[in-house]
Amino acid sequence: METLLAFVIGGLYAAGIFLMLRRALARVVLGLAILTNAANLLIFTAAGLTRGEPPLIGSGEEALTEPYADPLPQALVLTAIVIGFGVLAFAMVLIYRAYRVVGSEDTDRLTTTDRTPEAD
Amino acid sequence: MDTLLVLPLLLPLLIAALTMGLRRWTFWQAMLTLGNTAALLAIGIVLVVVVWREEVVATQVADWPAPFGITLVADMFSALMVLLAGIVAFCAAIYSAATIRLRRAAFGYYPLFNILLMGVMGAFLTGDLFNLFVWFEVMLISSFVLLGLGGTRGQMEGAIKYVSINLVSSVLFLTGVGLIYGIAGTLNMADLSLRLAEVEETGLVVTVSMLFLVAFGVKAAVFPLFAWLPASYHTPPLAVTALFAGLLTKVGVYALIRVFSLLFADNNDFTQTLLIWIAGFTMVTGVLGAAAQNEFRRILSFHIISQIGYMVMGLAFFTPLGYAAAIYFIAHNMFAKTGLFIIAGLSHRLLGSYELKRLGGIVRMSPELTVLFFICAFSLAGLPPLAGFFGKFALARAGFEAEHYVIVAVSLGVGFFTLYSMTKIWGEAFWKPFPGEVPQDLQERRRSPRMLVMAIPAVIFAALSIAAGVAAGPVFELMERAGEQLADPSGYIIAVLGEDAQ
Repeated sequence: METLLAFVIGGLYAAGIFLMLRRALARVVLGLAILTNAANLLIFTAAGLTRGEPPLIGSGEEALTEPYADPLPQALVLTAIVIGFGVLAFAMVLIYRAYRVVGSEDTDRLTTTDRTPEAD
Repeated sequence: MDTLLVLPLLLPLLIAALTMGLRRWTFWQAMLTLGNTAALLAIGIVLVVVVWREEVVATQVADWPAPFGITLVADMFSALMVLLAGIVAFCAAIYSAATIRLRRAAFGYYPLFNILLMGVMGAFLTGDLFNLFVWFEVMLISSFVLLGLGGTRGQMEGAIKYVSINLVSSVLFLTGVGLIYGIAGTLNMADLSLRLAEVEETGLVVTVSMLFLVAFGVKAAVFPLFAWLPASYHTPPLAVTALFAGLLTKVGVYALIRVFSLLFADNNDFTQTLLIWIAGFTMVTGVLGAAAQNEFRRILSFHIISQIGYMVMGLAFFTPLGYAAAIYFIAHNMFAKTGLFIIAGLSHRLLGSYELKRLGGIVRMSPELTVLFFICAFSLAGLPPLAGFFGKFALARAGFEAEHYVIVAVSLGVGFFTLYSMTKIWGEAFWKPFPGEVPQDLQERRRSPRMLVMAIPAVIFAALSIAAGVAAGPVFELMERAGEQLADPSGYIIAVLGEDAQ
């Protein structure tokens, strides 16, 4: 299962970076969404997968007994998902605004700030 | 003690909420923000004094014992950064109060300003790697909005570059966090420092450290990851630029120094070589980029990059003196660079342009502005007795002691190019006669109350540049203490994990 997920995560990273290298801004944002989710999956997997063993102390017991799923990565992923969601929402609004202002979603057109304006 | 570490986070949050509620009463928003930044400055001073007396102070949020809970910790480096950020924020708040228009303020300028500060303070004080990620995001998302607020074409273009590359770096940071948890099973930095030293597959640790290097490198704007900075920093209003220039890249440098001194300081030959190359190229490309520019803010933006190279150079030696020199350089750079940006804003206010070709004759129009520029520019170029000289001197000495002569030579050579850029601004904006008609109301504008308020931060920064140079001995003692703590993290680890930490 972990090997399979490793390949899935690798594929997601590759797809995300490929999309981010495209010139169309919409693809850049899609790539970003995929990258964020790939990172979330990676955190989840890197800590080790344990199925069907919630980290709960059974009735009549004093402490957790092995094996149990590590709850920390899940908490981390939850936080990361929320942050990723917020950032993605902002990025979508930003490209929409940029599209309205610039009139294009081609990244090659976004070069006016790099040029030194001619002083005439 | 606990309150002292939590206050820099709670205070900006509270003020952000209040300013959010005030909406159209922008005057009070500005006053609250000023009060907040002044309080942060005071907290910074108290924190430095406390840390000077007690070495490292730490607190566990909600009393969950480390390494399970979230740790807030301040060693000398963190305390100094909190203080410096307080100074920059205070000055940026004064400048904002004088220049930010009603419309921008009504759309949430001040709440964002305060949230940004909360993120910066959190990044300086946290002792937990994932928490560092969260504070970075808090800081970044408010900086995104501050950069884009106003919605001009330049801002949109700058924001897209800034946002997309910074988000990629955040993803890489998160990846590094995930992998390091997989390797060591903890994210508390003090705990990680112990656990990573025991990991047998050192190749894996070096790989993860490279992820952090790229992630923080983007935020610190090192070669070759800096392209977003000169593309975006000159687009928002100058108050925002000055705040970003003073704070944001330095948070990246802070994270680099913290992570590489605490977590990846062992078997670091590869990292050290890489960092030295990065430092050299960052300095040279930054300063050459600046030489090609003809716009006040763009020249300064490229100089930020060049100066980041010096800070990375201090880190790359991995010696106490190297760290101390890097921290002194951060302080000097915050003063000189933010001061210069504010001077750019003042000359824009006076003559209505940032283009060097459209500026001129400030020497005759405003002697006081000339003096301020003189101090900040020569401090940046590294002339004695200003702070920049001692920063470079300390770095050069650290380099000689660590026997890295080439990078020292490069850093000194870059100093001459910095001087060249500063003389270019001097010659174009200050010395040459003003092209065209001198505006009628120039002297009125020069003496207007708004101009005087705008000039306060520049005066503060110039004074600090002189003070940090003249009192270099006592000031450097603070940095040396910070450098020693970074080079020997046992005090940090004991403060976080308790006496019985292995």
